Amino acid sequence: MIELNDVHKSFGKVEVLKGITASVAKSEVVCIIGPSGSGKSTILRCINGLESYDRGDISVEGARVDRDAKSIVAIRTQVSMVFQRFNLFPHRTALENVIEGPLFVKKEPRGQAIARGRALLAQVGLAEKADVHPPKLSGGQQQRVAIARALAMQPKAILFDEPTSALDPELVGEVLAVMRKLADDGMTMVVVTHEMGFAGDVADRVLFIDGGVIVEQGAAKSVLNQPQHPRTQDFLRRVLHPM
Amino acid sequence: MQKFFHDAVEFVPILLQGVWLTVVVTVGSLLLSTVLGLLWALMRVSGIGFFVGFSAALINLIRGIPIIVLLFYIYFVMPDFGVALTALQAAIIGLGIAYSAYQAENFRAGIEAIDKGQIEAAQTIGMGWWLTMRRVVLPQAVRIVLPPYGNVMIMMLKDSSQASTITVAELALQGKLIASSTFKNTSVFTLVALMYLTMSIPLILLVRHFEKQANRK
Repeated sequence: MIELNDVHKSFGKVEVLKGITASVAKSEVVCIIGPSGSGKSTILRCINGLESYDRGDISVEGARVDRDAKSIVAIRTQVSMVFQRFNLFPHRTALENVIEGPLFVKKEPRGQAIARGRALLAQVGLAEKADVHPPKLSGGQQQRVAIARALAMQPKAILFDEPTSALDPELVGEVLAVMRKLADDGMTMVVVTHEMGFAGDVADRVLFIDGGVIVEQGAAKSVLNQPQHPRTQDFLRRVLHPM
Repeated sequence: MQKFFHDAVEFVPILLQGVWLTVVVTVGSLLLSTVLGLLWALMRVSGIGFFVGFSAALINLIRGIPIIVLLFYIYFVMPDFGVALTALQAAIIGLGIAYSAYQAENFRAGIEAIDKGQIEAAQTIGMGWWLTMRRVVLPQAVRIVLPPYGNVMIMMLKDSSQASTITVAELALQGKLIASSTFKNTSVFTLVALMYLTMSIPLILLVRHFEKQANRK
């Protein structure tokens, strides 16, 4: 469903992606792990055109991703994104955040959008927070609203960019629980994360990225439990046993 | 003091005619400068080379010309090109254009203060540039822009007196006319100053209200 073929990307003189080739099938959950600065987030941002790429090809359901083409809007409505820092609209309530896209991009009738928005907030466990503005919500609640906002576009896939990295430790679980339920329901997900437990339990496949290349990939359990490449082994040892 | 009150009773009705024109000039040029300023600011942040360059050049051009020269140009020079305006129209247009440069820079600062993550979030739900501006950026920028906007309002109220240079009989000119025909300079200009001050005070309070609101967040 999502195809990347030999994708290169530089920021100035620094080449952050040095030929990424990967694919994500429908209903698949792929976790991207790796040290910071390895290009993980850049991959996500290229997939929905928040960043351009210099060489190679990215396509979503056969449509080429080109951030300067009109077609990018259609791709973005099919591939939603959840950000590390939530990026909710602070001047709108939780419900208004969720229905903003359906109302103004998809031009859904207001009544229908509101009904769906409320159902989505209930789905992430925040039915009673519909009329609250984001700054009054906890980080975990904000991120769950952000997930509801992404779902409101009825996307075919959701990209998660370190969705729990900005959260206090005790709030991580509630967000991961919502994501796990999405995965169980068959949502196609690409998740950049440092939560190895989540990757091991929920992901179908794991990509380990370092220095702008995919160093190792495969079934989640095998990459995490029996990493073959020394760099993967080293990274996992540091993450799992920081002391 | 008694003489002053006596003069006040006599002159205030005449000065009030000037106050009316001052209000018309101020409100008119405020509206014009807001619309133009927003237009320049949106061009400036559009990312489209031609628009960015055009608005940057225009803002600098406007900023580099004194208001009084701009007013003379519009009122005395434009008729040579077949555009004859009344003094009031010329005053509103001149002040509106002059202040649009400051408004534009203020609006641009407000727009650029909005977190890039907000724009990215809007993009990822499929919003285009204009929808992102209208639904996400501008509503948040308003809070940031309002306190300096209030200050511009006060400055415009006072600078509306420059319209007197092209014969608009607003408060300052009205006062000068009375003073030069009665020689009661002290009474007349004290009244004029008090009237400007009276009009400024509500605006000053409004700015304070805006600042409180912006700080509350």
